[in-house]
Amino acid sequence: MNYFPDEVTEQVFDFVTSHKDRNAISLVCKSWYKIERYSRQRVFIGNCYAINPERLLRRFPCLKSLTLKGKPHFADFNLVPHEWGGFLQPWIEALARSHVGLEELRLKRMVVTDESLELLSRSFSNFKSLVLVSCEGFTTDGLASIAANCRHLRDLDLQENEIDDHRGQWLSCFPDTCTSLVTLNFACLEGETNLVALERLVARSPKLKSLKLNRAVPLDALARLVACAPQIVELGVGSYENDRESEQYLKLEAAIKKCTSLRSLSGFLEAAPHSLSAFHPICHNLTSLNLSYAAEIHSSHLIKLIQHCNKLQRLWILDSIGDKGLEVVASTCKELQELRVFPSDLVGGGNTAVTEDGLVAISAGCPKLHSILYFCQQMTNAALITVAKNCPNFIRFRLCILEPNKPDHVTSRPLDEGFGAIVRACKRLRRLSLSGLLTDQVFHYIGKYAHELEMLSIAFAGDTDKGMLYVLDGCKKMRKLEIRDSPFGDAALLADVSKYETMRSLWMSSCEVTLGGCKRIAQIAPWLNVEIINENDNNRMEQNGHEGRQEVDKLYLYRTVVGTRTDAPPFVWIL
Amino acid sequence: LYSLLTSIKHSASTKPLIFIIISFYILSLRESFPFFFLLQATTLEENSEEKFLGKMDEFVNLKTTELRLGLPGTDNVCEETERVSCCNKRASPSDTENETESSTRKIETSPPRKAQIVGWPPVRSYRKNNIQTKKNESDHEGHGMYVKVSMDGAPYLRKIDLSCYKGYSELLKALEMMFKFSVGEYVERDGYKGSDFVPTYEDKDGDWMLIGDVPWEMFECTCKRLRIMKGSEAKGLGCGV
Repeated sequence: MNYFPDEVTEQVFDFVTSHKDRNAISLVCKSWYKIERYSRQRVFIGNCYAINPERLLRRFPCLKSLTLKGKPHFADFNLVPHEWGGFLQPWIEALARSHVGLEELRLKRMVVTDESLELLSRSFSNFKSLVLVSCEGFTTDGLASIAANCRHLRDLDLQENEIDDHRGQWLSCFPDTCTSLVTLNFACLEGETNLVALERLVARSPKLKSLKLNRAVPLDALARLVACAPQIVELGVGSYENDRESEQYLKLEAAIKKCTSLRSLSGFLEAAPHSLSAFHPICHNLTSLNLSYAAEIHSSHLIKLIQHCNKLQRLWILDSIGDKGLEVVASTCKELQELRVFPSDLVGGGNTAVTEDGLVAISAGCPKLHSILYFCQQMTNAALITVAKNCPNFIRFRLCILEPNKPDHVTSRPLDEGFGAIVRACKRLRRLSLSGLLTDQVFHYIGKYAHELEMLSIAFAGDTDKGMLYVLDGCKKMRKLEIRDSPFGDAALLADVSKYETMRSLWMSSCEVTLGGCKRIAQIAPWLNVEIINENDNNRMEQNGHEGRQEVDKLYLYRTVVGTRTDAPPFVWIL
Repeated sequence: LYSLLTSIKHSASTKPLIFIIISFYILSLRESFPFFFLLQATTLEENSEEKFLGKMDEFVNLKTTELRLGLPGTDNVCEETERVSCCNKRASPSDTENETESSTRKIETSPPRKAQIVGWPPVRSYRKNNIQTKKNESDHEGHGMYVKVSMDGAPYLRKIDLSCYKGYSELLKALEMMFKFSVGEYVERDGYKGSDFVPTYEDKDGDWMLIGDVPWEMFECTCKRLRIMKGSEAKGLGCGV
């Protein structure tokens, strides 16, 4: 097989960057497996319990970048108790012991402690990049150790984490010699920020490309910061309460005009602006706009801003923009690829800010749209069928109708036909989230047409086990299946246990699977971790002899090569 | 039982149809629960008409036998909005089970109650809190006054909604349950006695205060976050141990 010396093959492999491709390469032959593993620098682990750090390091001793994901997706919605798991500490300890040259760590839904951050900062002299998404368990003290000890820090990117802000001086822990920062994102910090330290840090970071501030950074500080970083590409505004006539506002306007490289705008965490006109001059350059936290910006200001954004590719917005606003988006943003419309009123039953009309308008006006997340109060089959016809290129389609089980509001029929049209037309669909009133029929369509589907989220849908069976049988590429409050039971769960080896994980909560069914799977498939999460009453499960009827509240099963995990809390029962 | 039926018919002057349906229902129930009906029959002789109606509601769901216009499964009457989970983002166990039951029922029966379902809508906590904070600031009646709670030694924070509680005793009970500790007894001048743990809060001025010193309403307005201090650090706030 090998006509080239290893060094040459290695050079060729350097061009292969996607994880999937590299995994495929390693399966070709022993020699390629060996070359690939020594040359692999970036490793992606989608489930931190599928493998352990020792085995990871044995296989990839030269790794420089590690991505780890911990809790299952539904943990985002409080369905997984905080203490469930996903601890970073054992990974850091193992990596530190092995003296691997770690440079980048990207974590999602993991529990990170100050201790871990401290250890991280001291163990890897060339550490450059820390990205934490939806993590928890640490404080600004941990950030202080990163700032103080990572001499070559390039990226510190904190996205939507729960961080205990001790309002300490973490920003001033960056030494004066630190001039390498490229990304600084601390938007999720709730506390006060040392503005002097921040301004000095930005002033001595000529390579800074991404700056995302928290809500404690007021307008005048923003103006000064932007003035000393005109090279900025991504800006996250903190507080934006302005008075158009004020001197600060004029300074900001002048500073923004100079930011010719600015491509992404986000934040506005504390914003009650009279206008967003300071940003109008750079709007025509913007490719990404995230105003989904700006609950107080009136839709008229949003619309005026968006009207200038004709190169926009990514837009995250609140539903307060309304159908009219979405029509403006549809007519202006012809390059739009990704749209997310979040609910501004979570209790629901309020004003129907966006409806199916907005979705249809977007699909008609934005031919390049491939990813959508849309929260709305109502939907119709007709609208979904039209959307499918207009946009057959969807890769991700996530629709969330706020009221569970809501039918087509015009015909009162289930939304099976609408979603069916989507899966039939969108041949490259990889991710789908369903909502509204749905019967087994929609799953029949999904199983039949959604050949590329990798992730499916189901809530309050289906009638019988057949629904789940259609999906398990038909979707050959399924990796993550998450189901809540749907009438699927043991028959569906047990129909094809070997299927779960081809998937990363299965989540079922408030369904009809029983303890007996779960035990059966654990028996048949020792290569699966079958976890029952039962916060209420641990003993009730064990004492009751009627396992066949004992319904399980939350089931999470996933393939693993390292067996049962040892760090599970008492309310997680691993069968 | 036939005398029972005749007494029903006599009292059913205003709603004849419903009572006839009910009587047929009773007949079918009688087959399955003979003893139950014996008991009901005797008590009925003794009690008044209103009590009878009350007992009827207990075992006969008038709604399912009600004649209405409209498609099965639709229900135009606004159902009560129950706050299943207000204090804890995670609902209490029995509530979650109720939700499961109602939402997995078939289409023909009534749709789920408009209660707050755990984890719905599927919006990240971080985002939910952000919107919540905004709502609190703009609307002081408050759909919830969420404050963070930390406990010395615990790695994660929690969040609670102060508006769920009517006073200090409820709040402290909730904290004790959440973090599995006990605060000891509060004595006005001496603070908390009998425990290593002391509940404190940070007020709008940034000062750390002992929970319980100020009137509850004032506390609700000025409290920014809570912290359960442990041991020696707590002594500074003037607490006996």
